[in-house]
Amino acid sequence: MKDLITLNVFRYQPEKSKEPTYQEYEIPYHKDWVILDALNYIKDQIDGSLTYRWSCRMGVCGSCGMMVNGKPVLTCATFLESYTPGPIRIEPLENFPVIRDLVIDMSDFLEKLKKVKPWIIRKDVGSEDREYLQTPSQLADYKQYSMCINCMLCYAACPVYGLEPEFIGPAALALAQRYNMDSRDEGKNQRMKALSHDTGIWQCTFVGDCSAVCPKNVDPAGAIQRYKVEGASNWWKTLLLPYASKD
Amino acid sequence: MSIVQCDVLIIGAGGAGLRAAIAVSEANPQLKIGIVSKVYPMRSHTVSAEGGAAAVIKEDDSLEHHAYDTISGGDWLSDQDAVELFVNQAPKEMIRLEHWGCPWSREQNGTVAVRPFGGMKMKRTWFAADKTGFHLLHTLFQTTLKHENLLRFDEWFVTRLLVEDNRCQGAIALEIATGKMTAIKAKSTIICTGGAGKVFPFTTNAAIKTGDGMAVAYRAGIPLKDMEFVQYHPTGLPFTGILITEAARAEGGYLLNKDEYRYLQDYDLGKPSSKPVLRSMELGPRDRLSQAFVKEQEKGRTYEGEYGHFVHLDIRHLGEKIINSKLPFVRELCIKYENLDPVKEKIPVRPVVHYMMGGIDTNIEAETVLPGLYAAGECACVSINGANRLGSNSLTELLVFGAIAGRNAANYATQQNGFSKGLEAQYKNEANRIEQNFLKKKEGKVKIADIRKAMNNTLEAGAGIYRTETSLKKSQEDIQELKERFKYIKMDDSSITFNTELIAALELSCMLDVAEAVIQSGLHRRESRGSHQRTDFPNRDDEKFLTHSLAYQKEDGPPDIKFKPVTITKWAPGERIYGR
Ligand SMILES: Cc1cc2nc3c(=O)[nH]c(=O)nc-3n(C[C@H](O)[C@H](O)[C@H](O)COP(=O)(O)OP(=O)(O)OC[C@H]3O[C@@H](n4cnc5c(N)ncnc54)[C@H](O)[C@@H]3O)c2cc1C
Ligand code: SF4
Ligand code: FES
Repeated sequence: MKDLITLNVFRYQPEKSKEPTYQEYEIPYHKDWVILDALNYIKDQIDGSLTYRWSCRMGVCGSCGMMVNGKPVLTCATFLESYTPGPIRIEPLENFPVIRDLVIDMSDFLEKLKKVKPWIIRKDVGSEDREYLQTPSQLADYKQYSMCINCMLCYAACPVYGLEPEFIGPAALALAQRYNMDSRDEGKNQRMKALSHDTGIWQCTFVGDCSAVCPKNVDPAGAIQRYKVEGASNWWKTLLLPYASKD
Repeated sequence: MSIVQCDVLIIGAGGAGLRAAIAVSEANPQLKIGIVSKVYPMRSHTVSAEGGAAAVIKEDDSLEHHAYDTISGGDWLSDQDAVELFVNQAPKEMIRLEHWGCPWSREQNGTVAVRPFGGMKMKRTWFAADKTGFHLLHTLFQTTLKHENLLRFDEWFVTRLLVEDNRCQGAIALEIATGKMTAIKAKSTIICTGGAGKVFPFTTNAAIKTGDGMAVAYRAGIPLKDMEFVQYHPTGLPFTGILITEAARAEGGYLLNKDEYRYLQDYDLGKPSSKPVLRSMELGPRDRLSQAFVKEQEKGRTYEGEYGHFVHLDIRHLGEKIINSKLPFVRELCIKYENLDPVKEKIPVRPVVHYMMGGIDTNIEAETVLPGLYAAGECACVSINGANRLGSNSLTELLVFGAIAGRNAANYATQQNGFSKGLEAQYKNEANRIEQNFLKKKEGKVKIADIRKAMNNTLEAGAGIYRTETSLKKSQEDIQELKERFKYIKMDDSSITFNTELIAALELSCMLDVAEAVIQSGLHRRESRGSHQRTDFPNRDDEKFLTHSLAYQKEDGPPDIKFKPVTITKWAPGERIYGR
């Protein structure tokens, strides 16, 4: 007989009930299954109404983040084996409104992302025939911050975002820094202005939960810290010397 | 039923769709652009492309070389005017993407770095480590955020096109979060919905690659071209189908059978050497490498594991430093998903379905036969890839033809005024269809997953790497029967809020349509060319089949297949030579 393992899954079906419930599913245990394989098994074989997001199953599309035993993880990159003998508790990412079951509403992040102007800003448009030069070490300066897959695990882990939904948040800040530190970009001051009203940034106590849960080693906590140190002094400079500042 | 109106509607927000959106906006910033995607744009499957994107940039290379590699790689089925346009535009598009911020890997002097790739005679593949698609997609997505005239419909699912008075006038879509059906009227429409690898059981493709756009076009009477050409990538992980990028071989990886022997030398692909040689051995084209695997399996020289036969990809001799700098994602994937470290161990691999060369028939202007409807990216067939795509040509294709589609659709939209009257009936019917066939369905018996699995298996068995008349006929019978059974599917979920079971059902119906076109086109092509290998017709037959197949859907049963000639400009069909 095959081994079995129990998943205790958060259910929220707004058309049926306003109150969330937990539902138990017993499924066959496979050593090489990730949590997402288990959910797919439930969906295909036991209960077609179970609702969650996924796509790539290779840790790069960022769709499948959930709380597993209270911690935010990518379910396609987390093996059942790490949680034996179970039961395993699966819940939607914390700090977000839930649409249904394990699906959260992340539209807030998309609004915030736009605010930090995550695109190259510069005065001249280079020649159509030649790339801008950028040395490997200039690339290395921002590369880490460019690795964000927008999986929202850091938001689920962030104590400030939980209390202060206005907080622009770890991933958006890391992406702002990704462009600020790109040698091809000249938009730092514009981004800094957009961030200057965000009180959340100053409440970040550098606990670093965001960096700890990040599956891509983006280190958003480091990005925020950096912003606080040099970003703030730069911002003051633009106030004092409006004509000298470059956009 | 609600109605939204825009000038240009783009279906799909992967690399092709986003590039098209920017092109429309740049062509005419006054136009209102709608862009629909069934997942958030940055979840689109372009995100998982690893190896790189080809474009001529270095002094020692030439457009001529790139064109020749592409055409010979495609076994002379590519339209050569399309290829010439493609190689010509490729460098400009890549530079544009660089200007938008794509973090391309660099040489010490700051110019972009290029790497070798399978079937390419020169090093011309631009890369961003081994996460090229990820960076390309996020760069494009973030760049679109500055275009104010772009209206996104994230997590909306298109169920059909709006066609009236012989002109495409938008599409009907379902908002997944609320279940609401909306008619999105548009003066021109571009389909950029990507491939359909999910019709097969072992694939590198994500869950969302279900051929929806191909199916909605096919149902609207537009032919699907060259659907028999399905690319198997020679190196996927056995259980998950996760791709180990060709870059692993380009950097010097070996393919070994169970006797630790570099078996490709037995298949007219050149002699083994310790350093990678372009267009030779492990850097031969994908069709030939996948076919060699099957032959090895027949000779009993592959391993057999829980998930079928496999061989080994060995990159240990590259050393930890190269692996970490050039192939970090390969290492990450092996450690996370296969529980092995390629620095110390060999990687088990097998051929897995990777890419559809075929798709919605378009000309080099990205126009379909239906006025007002365009297509670009993997869902389209223009055709540059012919009978076998070369790795790293696809990402570039998204940019080149996404941009062309965008400009042309913008132009077409400005020449239209108003919409036809008859559209209203269409969206009432469509809303009814979804409700009656799915949401309010009572007596279903058959599980969606069971039909999907049966479809997967019959395609692998009958329309896999090697095919015959008998195997294809059997598969077609199976698919027609599954289409019948699909009418009796069982729905557990009748809710309108984020109903993913409904989406799975709609996707399955699209896949069944794509599957019948793949099989029927294969049945009618009685020759072997590129990725389409018929053991009953083992040779290429230029006299009869230097032609594109076109599949037209019929009311009932398998599609009609017609043929149209390949465009040859200056490269007469010749022998495909690798490694000699
Ligand atoms: C693992 C992997 C690695 C690869 N590596 C490389 C490489 O190194 N180099 C290379 O050149 N090529 C590579 N390829 C191929 C290349 O990545 C794809 O061909 C290409 O990304 C397809 O892009 P696309 O824009 O056409 O479609 P996709 O990126 O797949 O986007 C499709 C879009 O359409 C939307 N959509 C689909 N159906 C609907 C619907 N019904 N309603 C609404 N929206 C819908 C989706 O939401 C999505 O936004 C790779 C492919 C895979 C699978
Ligand atoms: S910073 Fe890391 S955890 Fe946060 S969204 Fe990006 S990848 Fe996810
Ligand atoms: S399914 Fe794409 S990150 Fe997990």
